[in-house]
Amino acid sequence: MQTVDLASQAEQLAAGETTSVDLTERSLAAIDALQPTLNAFITVDRDGALTAAAAADQRRAAGQPLSSLDGVPIAHKDIFCTAGVKTTCGSRMLESFVPPYNATVVERLAAAGLVMVGKTNMDEFAMGSSNETSFYGNVGNPWDTTRSPGGSSGGSAAAVAAGIVAGATGTDTGGSIRQPAALCGITGFKPTYGRASRYGMIAFASSLDQAGTLTRTAKDAALLLDHLCGFDPKDSTSLDVAAESFSATLDKPLTGLRIGVAEAFYDDGLAPGCRDALEQALDQYRSLGASVASVELPHLYLSVPTYYVVAPAECSSNLSRFDGIRFGHRADDCNDLTELYTRSRSEGFGDEVKRRIMTGTYVLSSGYYDAYYLKAQRARQLISGDFAAAFEQVDLIAGPTAPTPAFGLGDKVDDPVTMYLNDIYTIGANLAGLPAMSLPMGTVDGLPVGMQLIGPALSEARLLNAAHGYQSVTEWHRATPNVFSGAES
Amino acid sequence: MPLSQADVRHIATLSRLEFDQDQLADFQGKLDRIITFVDQLTAVDMGGVEPMAHPLDLTQRLRADEPDSAIDRDRIQENARETTDGYYRVPKVIE
Repeated sequence: MQTVDLASQAEQLAAGETTSVDLTERSLAAIDALQPTLNAFITVDRDGALTAAAAADQRRAAGQPLSSLDGVPIAHKDIFCTAGVKTTCGSRMLESFVPPYNATVVERLAAAGLVMVGKTNMDEFAMGSSNETSFYGNVGNPWDTTRSPGGSSGGSAAAVAAGIVAGATGTDTGGSIRQPAALCGITGFKPTYGRASRYGMIAFASSLDQAGTLTRTAKDAALLLDHLCGFDPKDSTSLDVAAESFSATLDKPLTGLRIGVAEAFYDDGLAPGCRDALEQALDQYRSLGASVASVELPHLYLSVPTYYVVAPAECSSNLSRFDGIRFGHRADDCNDLTELYTRSRSEGFGDEVKRRIMTGTYVLSSGYYDAYYLKAQRARQLISGDFAAAFEQVDLIAGPTAPTPAFGLGDKVDDPVTMYLNDIYTIGANLAGLPAMSLPMGTVDGLPVGMQLIGPALSEARLLNAAHGYQSVTEWHRATPNVFSGAES
Repeated sequence: MPLSQADVRHIATLSRLEFDQDQLADFQGKLDRIITFVDQLTAVDMGGVEPMAHPLDLTQRLRADEPDSAIDRDRIQENARETTDGYYRVPKVIE
């Protein structure tokens, strides 16, 4: 069966073989057909999508200049503000929030002519690794709907894996693009911190949050990132670096590419099947002319505890804006201001969000700041230094994305720390602000597993080139879950 | 030292969150598990290491202080439950 990707859809549009309205209608029909089993969407913008698609078809008919992806349908994670379209962030707190403005990422992709069909389901405020903390219900993994699609960008990953859309946006604070991409058998990309604007992206942990893409192929990721990345004066941490075309250098030969493999990634938690798949992927790279050497990341073992100090601390501060007054859930019949704050927040937030706020409040509270927050910032420096030293020897680092294939829904909800350890391989790149991606590298027990590639800051083009080279000689990224193979035709 | 119920109640107050007795017990157990987990950081000697303020070691960029267009107030306030004449309404603050 022919799997659909962004590049093919753009080619079909250019050749006049299809229209944007046709592609959009097919995408909307796939949402309707799969929503009962996957629950990948929180909001569908049928009218907005069809209007945007008709406008794209008119632009093309009128011979106007078009971007590389003009008229192609995509979905946005429900963390990005969309003007006039409900944006919930997976929370009851924002159940009826309709932003008066667009996130820069949304604005840039709309300006490139992409058509948004809807907003995808996610862990509440992006806090979760299984999509089970969403107020709007679990998302099913298209490969096995009794399993988790990963999180927090689980809806985006499931939508792309099931062929509802060929591309979707996501955000990655500790692995929230890469881990669901791995568990759903697709390609997920998190750029360098600051490459993509955070303006209008609902904040979780501001020093870690980064927008990125979920697509079937590395080529599609490059095409989408070409439009998504760029300096934004509205985001004070946006990187003011020259724009570059990530899709221009995809076909460069990989001869001489130096790949590092860290012993730290081969821990006891790594499933044997994932280890075997990684070894085969590294052999594949060797046959493409790359060399593989081992590198040391001696402080990587500190990354999960470091993250669970830094991220909750920043979250407790960011989420203090939800006070029930200006927007968001407001409790009824409160007698005073403190009661209004307390009851609005207690009713509006789910348990995992409350746990993170409380953890953050604790580590920042008087007497504990030095012991936890300052210590975590020091550990972050050490982890970052490990990567810097490794990148003096190699061009990029390869490893597994997640320790296991998709786990069962409900399997890890009782112990927060067990869930947190699912992000053990991905968190390091966030703490160091590095670009990283996950690409399909095989299956274990019939479920897809992902390979992670991490590069130095601003090495997006190199990572995408390396991933595209691998995907040019492998077919894992073309594998489609059987149950849903009809949805794309 | 494990977190006591009083600790959890104090953190909840600081966080502007409230819990009934059953929830409190559940949160106490899970928060204690998280704090115990991150406690492994305290065992590592990092004396001479500079705390990291920004992943790419950049400083805050400032913009020129020039007036710019803003989003219409009425549109912003459509997301508030209670407003009057462009103000936000809250319960009485001063007795």
